[in-house]
Amino acid sequence: MSIWRQLTHGLRALTHRAEADGRVDDELRDYVERATAAHVARGLTRDQASRAALLDVGNITVAREQVRTSGWEHAVETTVGDVRYALRRLRNSPGFTITAIATLALGIGASTAVFSAVNPILIEPLPFPHADRLVTLDDRNDAGVPMPVTLGTYDELRARSRAFDQLAAADKWQPTLADDGTPERLTGQRITANYFSVFGTVPFVGRGFTAAEDQPGGPHVVILSDGLLERRFAGDRSIIGRTIQLNGDPYVVVGVMPHGFANVVAPSAEIWTPMQERSNGDLNTRAWGHHYEMVGRLAASTTIQQATREVLDIGHAPTLAFARPSWAKLDRGLLVRSLQDSVASRVKPSLYAIVGAVLLLLAIAAVNVTNLLLARGARRQPEFAMRVALGAGGARLLRQLLTESVVLALCGGVLGLGVAAAGVHALVAASPPNLPRVDAIRVDGHVFLFALGLTTVVGLIVGLIPALGAARAELTAGLQGGSRRATGGHAAGRSALVVAEVALAIVLLVSAGLLFQSVRRLFSIAPGLDASHVVTMQVIEAGHGFDADPARLQFFQQALAAVQHVPGVTRAAFTSAVPLSGDMDGYGYALPSAAGQTQQTAGSALRFAVTPDYFATLRIPLLRGRLLDATDRPGAPPSVVINASMARALFKDANPIGQRIQFGGQLGTNRWEHVVGVVGDVKAYGLAADAPDAFYVADGQWEWVDNVQSIVVRTTGNAAALVPAIERAIWSVNANEPIQRVATMESYVVASAGQRRFALMALEAFAAAALLLAAIGLYGVISGSVTERIREIGIRTALGAQPADIVRGVVGRGLALTGAGAALGLAGAFIASRLLESMLFRVSRIDPLTDAAVVLLLAGVAVLAAWAPARRAAGVDPTIALRAE
Amino acid sequence: MRSMSHSMDPPNTDVIQGTLDLLILKTLSLGPLHGFGIARRIEQISRDVFKVNPGSLLVALQRLERAGWLDAAWRETENARRAKFYTLTRAGRKQLDLETADWKRRSAAVARLLNAEG
Repeated sequence: MSIWRQLTHGLRALTHRAEADGRVDDELRDYVERATAAHVARGLTRDQASRAALLDVGNITVAREQVRTSGWEHAVETTVGDVRYALRRLRNSPGFTITAIATLALGIGASTAVFSAVNPILIEPLPFPHADRLVTLDDRNDAGVPMPVTLGTYDELRARSRAFDQLAAADKWQPTLADDGTPERLTGQRITANYFSVFGTVPFVGRGFTAAEDQPGGPHVVILSDGLLERRFAGDRSIIGRTIQLNGDPYVVVGVMPHGFANVVAPSAEIWTPMQERSNGDLNTRAWGHHYEMVGRLAASTTIQQATREVLDIGHAPTLAFARPSWAKLDRGLLVRSLQDSVASRVKPSLYAIVGAVLLLLAIAAVNVTNLLLARGARRQPEFAMRVALGAGGARLLRQLLTESVVLALCGGVLGLGVAAAGVHALVAASPPNLPRVDAIRVDGHVFLFALGLTTVVGLIVGLIPALGAARAELTAGLQGGSRRATGGHAAGRSALVVAEVALAIVLLVSAGLLFQSVRRLFSIAPGLDASHVVTMQVIEAGHGFDADPARLQFFQQALAAVQHVPGVTRAAFTSAVPLSGDMDGYGYALPSAAGQTQQTAGSALRFAVTPDYFATLRIPLLRGRLLDATDRPGAPPSVVINASMARALFKDANPIGQRIQFGGQLGTNRWEHVVGVVGDVKAYGLAADAPDAFYVADGQWEWVDNVQSIVVRTTGNAAALVPAIERAIWSVNANEPIQRVATMESYVVASAGQRRFALMALEAFAAAALLLAAIGLYGVISGSVTERIREIGIRTALGAQPADIVRGVVGRGLALTGAGAALGLAGAFIASRLLESMLFRVSRIDPLTDAAVVLLLAGVAVLAAWAPARRAAGVDPTIALRAE
Repeated sequence: MRSMSHSMDPPNTDVIQGTLDLLILKTLSLGPLHGFGIARRIEQISRDVFKVNPGSLLVALQRLERAGWLDAAWRETENARRAKFYTLTRAGRKQLDLETADWKRRSAAVARLLNAEG
């Protein structure tokens, strides 16, 4: 009730100010009249009575003011008045206002854009119930790099572990949907039945998978994403229970996942089917490959440390029921990480670098605006003095000035939201392919609140120093017009600020420079193949047309022959995996022991099942022995070509040619591959990573013929231009096979440096902005100092100083400020580069070349910024300058 | 606030800080009144110990009205004149009881302290 009255009465007073004042006046008048009447009744004359009454009441205006200023609405009115005044003042100096608002918009906009990108990845909890209990479990290779687990490990942990409420596993699944129209290869997952319930989500139409459906040989059922339902089935929810054709088989749709199911483990998955796979005693099955993602929900009040410990304990206590191969021994436990950490870990270094950079930019923008406000405050000294003389207190003046800077910041913030929207667009466009939750990166309510808060804080901070200075300033001096001489303190403060600004800009520029050097050096590394003029595309042999291996092999051979006849194609080959594309197909291997038995080793190597021309197409050099050739056909003794690093690892200095190796799928059998050649190492994971061990087999000689293969094609001219002709050639063999993931080899090389390039792009943009702001700051300070010292310059000119001397003096001052800032900035950059360290590549944290280039660049900018003020100083007419005082 | 008054000065007629609300509520508990009536009654009953400043009175009335303890309405009075009459609400009466009890407790304590020395 009372709050309601407070609100309504206050609002009424606010919106009907004249009426409210009128009512107070009426009441006061009534009061006076009644007081007069009372005095008359006591025997005074009318005149005496009204004088006495007025004496009682006191000053009516004061009384009215008392009533008027007592409600909360008065504070609103004052603020509105202050804002109006501030807007008027800002309109009166458009140059200052535009510079300040643009600077703030840049700083706030960039920060907001970065916040919106970082928020869903690093800050916001993932959108699942009790998301803090979700974890991922990864195996580690010998170098400690996380890698997927085997299904055998999953099965054992699920049976033996107590630390988790649920454990689920998922594997990649790429079925081809051929209902009607173009066959489309979908990205999906084969999942254990409890996968969705680990995340605490359920399909919004239909149901999840049952445990019975997740048995080997179970029924063909699928769950769709809402996106797929919209895209392929017109959003028709009655699809539940209907049958769709996948890989030529009928699958029954049992559910649809809701929009916004943030499947961070596999963000692009849009269709799911039950795993229907178990690891039995046979170690030679798919289930023992490292290709399963394991996610879990921790039991209540179990920590990640406890879970890690438990997994390690289980690893140290193998049981007979769960046999383990050498490549999944579990003796080092597993890497248990919170889902959020594991999702963010892939992009953390670049995000931290970008956050650091944008904070620097924001600081530079704030310093710049503070500087502008200080200069403006110095010019407005007489105005402040006048207002104080008219009765404004120091606090009132402070409030007015802070209002002004907050208004300035709010204008900057509004513009900044526009900058942020554009920035978010640019960030998403440039984001590395593995950036999680990209769809959650946008300017939303949280981001808006962030921008609003940031804007207010920045407004208060940039306004505080100048406002305090103004409120405390020597007011009489201001009134006497001595402002120009009274600003010495200001000038020193402003110089300090501009030094800080230059220092911050140097930190940013050096960081960007180090990253630039890293990316440049990265690209100067040979990936081990010649990526120019090579295009690759994945061909999927789907459906049942070529189920038998020989038929499938024939299809790929015919397709290859057709592509080789396309004009412009010089060489072409099929391969089961493309380096740097993200394809990863690791196998454990074994050597024969002295006794002729299989002797497992701990290592694993990438498998490439290729057609003979693969090496020539990618120009991978032969180091020893021979390449695969037409003699390596099905039925012939199996040959294998290994890369140099695998040869070194397995055979040291011994001749690898003729040695025998057994691979994951064949362990314990009589089948041995004979090493016939050694080729150069090829980077497979990324340019910065060491080339992994790899082995090459002829596609017809492996246990099976892969149904998904990539064709690599070397062309004479622009590789991308030949794509349609190559596709037509493949489809001439069979028109039903989908072709996807078309990309030039060069684009894979570039994308493999995605994280660094992402950070570099952001840092370059921020560094350029910082340079601009530093130039504005330098210009402002030097120009201001020329104005302040115009009398001194006049005298010096009168005493015979040459224009060149004056110019040298002014430019020298700019360089001195820059020099001081550079010294500080280089020290700061050394500290800041710790943040970048993990992204630097073959560049030391102190890189003299980068440092020198950055300092020279800033010196150049300083000279440019000082040039116009210097010309103005040189042109000073001594008589006018002296008279101006 | 004056901390000391010399015998030469006129006696202090300021309403004791914080008690104006109580005095207004008490006055209105006897019946609706306009501002001048309230001031006059406080002066009369206090035998001119308190003089009420109209500015402070109107501020207090506005505050009490917004707090929901008073209702206010313009009404005709004698000679076809209009005045703003204030009426105690039910919530205001409760507030008066509260403040009265509080005041009595505190003034009794002050009285005991003053009497203690003898």
